[in-house]
Amino acid sequence: MTRIQNNRAWFFVLPVFALVAFNALIPLMTVVNYSIQETFGNNEFFWAGSRWFEDILRSERFHAALMRQIVFTGLVLLIQVPLGLGIALCMPKKGPWVSVCLVLMSLPLLIPWNVVGSMWNIMALPDIGLLGKAINSLGINYNYTRQPFSAWFTLILMDVWHWTSLVVLLCYAGLVSIPDAYYQAAKIDGAKPWAVFRYIQLPKLKHVLTIAILLRFMDSFMIYTEVVVLTGGGPGNATTFLSIDLVKYALGQFDLGHAAAMSIIYFLIILFLSWLFYTLMMKNENT
Amino acid sequence: MAKITIDNLRHAYISEPSRDEHYALKRVHLDWADGGAYALLGPSGCGKTTLLNLISGLLKPSEGRILFNDVDVTSDTPEKRNIAQVFQFPVIYDTMTVHDNLAFPLRNRGVDEAVIKKRVADIADMLELTATLHTRASGLTADGKQKISLGRGLVRDDVNVIMFDEPLTVIDPHLKWQLRSKLKELQQRIKRTMIYVTHDQTEALTFADQVVVMNNGEVVQTGTPIELFEKPMHTFVGHFIGSPGMNLLPCTVKGGQAFVGSAKIIAGNAGKAPKTGKLELGVRPEFVTVAKSGTKAGLEALVVRVSDVGRYRVVETRVAGTPVKFIVGEGEAVPEGKVKLAFDPAHTQVYADGWLAGAPR
Repeated sequence: MTRIQNNRAWFFVLPVFALVAFNALIPLMTVVNYSIQETFGNNEFFWAGSRWFEDILRSERFHAALMRQIVFTGLVLLIQVPLGLGIALCMPKKGPWVSVCLVLMSLPLLIPWNVVGSMWNIMALPDIGLLGKAINSLGINYNYTRQPFSAWFTLILMDVWHWTSLVVLLCYAGLVSIPDAYYQAAKIDGAKPWAVFRYIQLPKLKHVLTIAILLRFMDSFMIYTEVVVLTGGGPGNATTFLSIDLVKYALGQFDLGHAAAMSIIYFLIILFLSWLFYTLMMKNENT
Repeated sequence: MAKITIDNLRHAYISEPSRDEHYALKRVHLDWADGGAYALLGPSGCGKTTLLNLISGLLKPSEGRILFNDVDVTSDTPEKRNIAQVFQFPVIYDTMTVHDNLAFPLRNRGVDEAVIKKRVADIADMLELTATLHTRASGLTADGKQKISLGRGLVRDDVNVIMFDEPLTVIDPHLKWQLRSKLKELQQRIKRTMIYVTHDQTEALTFADQVVVMNNGEVVQTGTPIELFEKPMHTFVGHFIGSPGMNLLPCTVKGGQAFVGSAKIIAGNAGKAPKTGKLELGVRPEFVTVAKSGTKAGLEALVVRVSDVGRYRVVETRVAGTPVKFIVGEGEAVPEGKVKLAFDPAHTQVYADGWLAGAPR
């Protein structure tokens, strides 16, 4: 048989190229355009080079927002991953309660993000909200619109309520896919519950946990809607995370150059951290 | 080490069994001697794995008792029963090395580390795992992993019984043969009670001193491989064991003599056949011969197919529409067309409703 060599294969990948170009590359290029040029309207552009990038990287405002973002995401991951795993371990593996648990767990995920923000906004109001009033009646001075700590506390609580379910569902799916024989073998080998968790469940959950952490990292690093609805970035700038700061640059000040440069830096940070985490998690595979 | 008694054991997977067919295991009574090699043989879904899991304690029986050395262990956990079990698919602890995998059952029981080291080295040596002892277990091939599972079953020297649940399913054919002889050799060396579950007759017959044949949640026959071959208590055993299985012909019994059609056939137990029920004549292909041409006696048959299975050929014939197979050795002439068949009287039996006529049940 003779081997046919031509470039016809390119036709087959062309649709994918076109699709990617229209939904990713071209929009991204506009951002790149704004990030290296200055514009005053009328579609006139002037070369700005790396000026916007330098400004952003040097600005204390950006550093502060980035710090807040890292602390927020770190706290969210530290709480949600162990909590989600714990809940998944406690859920029944079979019987009528399985579907009840799954539905209850899915509910928070089905609520639109701005509704989640509004719900917690109202619930946490110190004078009439169920949560706010309850905390205050315990003798703790709580007011999320005035105190940075209360604002952070409410935000973290809201995010845990909203997103822990995702970790639970992923872990649960991973847990039920472990064959019974593993548990039976562990029983016969005399393994204690901790050893079953450490040597069977945790290794088998490694992949779903990696995905769960990645998803939660990316989502929480980009959180916008719920925060805007709940605190609007306040009090002061206490809960102004990267995305909120970005919107302030772009729409508040109409400072498109800085906003575009910040978008790209923001994107690269998420890309780099995700890559780093994934590579580290997968390093020990097949060795 | 232990002698095992299974006393009127029944098991149903549903909570309130009322009828017989609710039971995955109908009623089993077995006595197994200490240090024996036993096989549970039967088709898929016959209840053999259920029986095994009941003995190991992974399942609790609906009724009946299990005794190890005359001590009732029915309500004990698998750990307390001190047994080992190897499963159909390899179970390994991915994050541990081969050594740690083998040491795991010992470490969980707080055995001294020096003793563990020696035991693990011995077992690894037996199973030819020494070279990979310090690599991660997850990198091994399927048979390597299954060897680890076997090793974890063998590593404790005080277990009452070691159970194998179709352990060679995932193993390549040539390694299958190797591991099988290795297991048999181990059994003879360490003289531990072993129970081997399989649906493969070769595995069962080569491994076990006593084979328990099961079907539909019942024990059909217990016996040595030779007993199962020469005197099947039930047509199921006759058919399930042997390749090809036993020939069965509808027959009638008149005056203590068996007849197929109008031809008289000598069968040892024809006189014990009951008056009612479906009667069949059973004879293994190994005991069917072609009568010399010109003889009047014998059953008239028509050769329909010859299949070459290597060392011998299987000739399939029809006797009044019923298939009858027999075996022709290498170098012997294969008959064609119409032939007369003769059955070895010592190995021809009458079965009534599937069961050997006259045999105690």
